[in-house]
Amino acid sequence: MSLPLSYNLRNLAVRKTTTIMTALGIALTVAVLLSASALVEGLRQAFAASGHPLHILVTRKGSDSELSSNFARSVFNEIKFKDGIARTASGEPMTSLELVTVINLPSVESPDGANVTLRGLTPVGLEMREDLKIISGRAFTPGRREVIAGESISDRYPGARLGQKLTFGRGDWEVVGVFKSPQLARNSEILCDLNQAAGDFERNEVLSSALIRARDPVTLQALINDLSADPRLNVSARTEKEYYDLQTSSGDLVKFLGTFVAIIMAVGSCFAAMNTMYAAVARRAKEIGTLRVLGFSRFTILLSFLIESLLIAALGGLLGILLVLPLNNITTGIGSNLTFAEVAFQLRVTPALMAQGIVFSLIIGAFGGLLPAQNAARKEILSALRAV
Amino acid sequence: MSDIVIVTRNLNKEFVRDEFRVQALKNANLEVRRGEFLALMGPSGSGKSTLLHVVAAMDKASGGEVEVLGQNLVGLSDGAIAKWRNAHIGFVFQSFNLIPVLTALENVELPLKLTSLKKADRLRHANTALKLVGLADRTGHYPRQLSGGQEQRVAIARAIVTDPDLLLCDEPTGNLDAKSAQEVLSLLSQLNKEQAKTIVMVTHDPHAAHFASRILYLDKGELLPEGQVPEDWRLPATGAAPSAHQ
Repeated sequence: MSLPLSYNLRNLAVRKTTTIMTALGIALTVAVLLSASALVEGLRQAFAASGHPLHILVTRKGSDSELSSNFARSVFNEIKFKDGIARTASGEPMTSLELVTVINLPSVESPDGANVTLRGLTPVGLEMREDLKIISGRAFTPGRREVIAGESISDRYPGARLGQKLTFGRGDWEVVGVFKSPQLARNSEILCDLNQAAGDFERNEVLSSALIRARDPVTLQALINDLSADPRLNVSARTEKEYYDLQTSSGDLVKFLGTFVAIIMAVGSCFAAMNTMYAAVARRAKEIGTLRVLGFSRFTILLSFLIESLLIAALGGLLGILLVLPLNNITTGIGSNLTFAEVAFQLRVTPALMAQGIVFSLIIGAFGGLLPAQNAARKEILSALRAV
Repeated sequence: MSDIVIVTRNLNKEFVRDEFRVQALKNANLEVRRGEFLALMGPSGSGKSTLLHVVAAMDKASGGEVEVLGQNLVGLSDGAIAKWRNAHIGFVFQSFNLIPVLTALENVELPLKLTSLKKADRLRHANTALKLVGLADRTGHYPRQLSGGQEQRVAIARAIVTDPDLLLCDEPTGNLDAKSAQEVLSLLSQLNKEQAKTIVMVTHDPHAAHFASRILYLDKGELLPEGQVPEDWRLPATGAAPSAHQ
């Protein structure tokens, strides 16, 4: 009972300039939304891929991040030998006391400097990060003022490249290696010896966190419950994955602003689509009258004009996707509101995001096309036929 | 099936434009028999197109009754009228009203989209209709690639493709040159005689009316009795009213 799709497609081709202009307006709207979403998705994937499934991160109670956590060495000694903690090959408990702070480094994009996470850890802590691979140079030597830099940091901060010297704490630190980890958040850190860093920052007794590896998933939960419930320790324990998931909130503001701008642009695009479709209805009034005389119902006419609007919108959606596709896999950085340091990650334009862009454009098309389509369907046959 | 195709009884149509009331039809009583070719003539504003539009259910009467093919059109819903029109009425417009973005074949196929016919059958019917109007070699042409006469013949093919019981033509030769008009009128006459189509044609043109088997005149909204001609309606050359072709 519907009009052939070729009728709509050919009408769009006939007025190709207005079709393309309207579609471009929708494309820009979709591109803004997808850019913000690609950024958040990249951030989400970076943090979602981080964290060992058996790792527990312990911070002082009430601290959402390691940076704001004051974790006493004495507490670490209390929990180090708890039941259920995995052991290294040499029989040591897999627990790592760590110091997390930020240092300021000039980057390619910010010559005035940006905050970068510095993590001091023990050899066991390094051993617990077995997925971490040194891709150039070597690991730092405990007791020496040496650091290794994550690949993202080394790429973006010239001072953190192999062989360079970084100045923080009480003096210079040599970059002796660059590492890479499939856990993307780790690539945005600089690692060094815990005791050396604690001395430089005068935090020998009050550090940041403890990383613990449970023996298995069952003991993981038992350990978390045990640590969280112990009032003497006054600590928060959560899985390392949960901790990184929390950090995805760093992209919330970007997502909010992107969505806000996209919605304002979408309203404008709706009006553009509406204008185009009203013009189409006015131009084809006689055709509408003829179709009604041939027996096509008001609903069929409404549907046909709505489909036409949706086709313009879908074209806009596709163009919008094409506009943002070059952003896919581009590495960028964002300041985390939890760590106050930059996290490097790649923008991700995923198939799900593309589908979201198409749906968004179709919503614009539906809102923009509905009133003109209703106008077409409500036309009386004779007045439509008499239109010039 | 009844022999009477169209019956109107005391049909009235009043238009209200701003503060003015215009009586377009006054108590029109009309009967059209199956197989007739009726020409409705009259001066501009006499109500002939209005009568045609009411019969085609494109407009509603202000009063009176109208029954077409046994169907009382008063009180039918929009959807029911659209279905009925598609199944029983073929309409030919003065300015052809083809869909410019569709080819001749697609234009003719269009009314069949509302039937249960499959695509192949629809195309077969549309090709047959185009062949009947002598345009079998123009199926892929768009309206802009056809002459006025050819466009009107495509429009006639579109009007007859559903094999309607009644063909309504509103000034079908009004936009055509003499030669094309002759071809279109011959085609309508052929459809009336060979396919037994009942045709009601509104026209200004006495020559066109000559192709009909009966001529009725309207004057100031009144349908005049058969044989009666409006006072001021005489052929310029002869002073006589046009006569129907028998």
